[in-house]
Amino acid sequence: MSSANATNSLHDATSVDQDNVAEVRNLTKFYGEDIHALDSVNLSFPRGQMTTLLGPSGCGKTTMLKIIAGLLDATSGQVLINGKEVNSPGPERAFVFQDFALLPWATVLRNVAFGLELKGVPRAEREEKARHYIDEVGLTGVESKYPHELSGGMRQRVGLARALVVNADVLLMDEPFSAVDEQNRRKFQEDLLHLLAAEKKSVIFVTHSIEEAVYVSDQIVLLSPRPGRIHSIIRPEISHDAEPDAIRRDKNYLDTIEEIWSELRKYLD
Amino acid sequence: MTTDTSTELARMPKSEKILGIYYLTFYQILSVVVVFVLWEIAGRYPISPAFPTFSATMYALFEMIFDGRMIAAFAETLKPLAIGVTISAVFGVFLGVSMGLNRLFQWFWEPIFVVLQASPVAALIPLITYAYGIGLAAKTVAVIMLAAPIIVLNSYKAVRHASPSLIQMCRSFQGTRLQEIVIVIVPNAAPVIFAGLRLGVAAGFIGVILAELLITPTGIGDLITYHRSIAEYNYMYAAVFTVILFSSVMVGMLETAEIKYFRPEKKKGR
Repeated sequence: MSSANATNSLHDATSVDQDNVAEVRNLTKFYGEDIHALDSVNLSFPRGQMTTLLGPSGCGKTTMLKIIAGLLDATSGQVLINGKEVNSPGPERAFVFQDFALLPWATVLRNVAFGLELKGVPRAEREEKARHYIDEVGLTGVESKYPHELSGGMRQRVGLARALVVNADVLLMDEPFSAVDEQNRRKFQEDLLHLLAAEKKSVIFVTHSIEEAVYVSDQIVLLSPRPGRIHSIIRPEISHDAEPDAIRRDKNYLDTIEEIWSELRKYLD
Repeated sequence: MTTDTSTELARMPKSEKILGIYYLTFYQILSVVVVFVLWEIAGRYPISPAFPTFSATMYALFEMIFDGRMIAAFAETLKPLAIGVTISAVFGVFLGVSMGLNRLFQWFWEPIFVVLQASPVAALIPLITYAYGIGLAAKTVAVIMLAAPIIVLNSYKAVRHASPSLIQMCRSFQGTRLQEIVIVIVPNAAPVIFAGLRLGVAAGFIGVILAELLITPTGIGDLITYHRSIAEYNYMYAAVFTVILFSSVMVGMLETAEIKYFRPEKKKGR
């Protein structure tokens, strides 16, 4: 059980000695006058690692992710990407959406190449890159299909490929598997870990599934609801060298799930 | 969502045929035949001396096509219709899209078109003659008054309801506002914009016929009025029939254009 001496590490989270791909400082968000979504959150996201934001609904995890993405404005506070403050979407970040957000009138190939199309990359070049990542996410052969012809899992693979094509430093994934059925989700989680290890991406991942968080994360940030604050930071330290099934039976894995559940349970009722 | 229906269509066994014709096409033809047969029976019964049979109507139709009366009438009717529908479509879609994107445009134009859509335009058509006389201009204005509000309001609502998730997606990949509008919002809104165009074209037909009946009898309106006045009801119905037929063909062509240029994913399902 390695659940962090870093618990409640509100202040040492911004330590300068480690290489952080992203940081948030004193992030506060109000929706209107009344809804206090985030309350001066300080957090850093180590480069090359998967950090998960986990918490009950209303803890502001998706809000935080969208602020980091530049899709929402913070009420106050800063977002730093590679040490530079940002206020709008940029090429160092790529977003994977909960509802996939694929263009229904575009083929898989065009959807995957969409980020490059917006940047004005010539067609042949962007389609070549897109084909490479369609291959990487295991969708070879469906290039000319339309999203409605694919299953939920396959659609999200398209969403992932689209985010990988633009070669961002950090992937922002907003509950990417919540609209994917259970069996496909497990397979997809395993594939995602392999892919990210190969691509050396940093990931900020939002989920409400404890098992998913413990399975995929290097670092789990537990958020408390209304207003969203950091409850604790947990590092599961699960080796992914073992077989997926062995990991899911691992004592460390199961204990970490249990520990998080006992913390989150307090917020339910 | 609309994509669900096309998925259903895609799942339908396409190879299944009846009498050598595709399943779907067979039932489409069958429904048309049933209506014509019922029409013929109703005409022979007869439900009214002023209700001609299908065969008498078709006879009148072909007679008028071959002696040139129908062609001349259509040439006359199509002028205000084509001008009015083109103006309504081009400016209507542009205006509607602008209203969807810009609050100021919406604030200025929405009340005007809501009032136009809600008002009984047929009652206003005689008023048009005070301003525009009884010629082509008046009839064109009548077409626009019927067609434009539907096209504008549909385009406006289509854009206003464009998927926020797709717009966010475009922003997250650093799309410019122009790219957002051209690549995401307008194609996303296309089905509803085209639904508005189809309804608008159909309303334009109503407008032109109303104008020809209420302002001065010309073209198809003249054929209808004249043959009614001399109790040649089969000729009158033939004229009405061609208007419906022509209107349906126009609406169908719009649907084909929509699928071809904006919704290629639906083509596969057909």
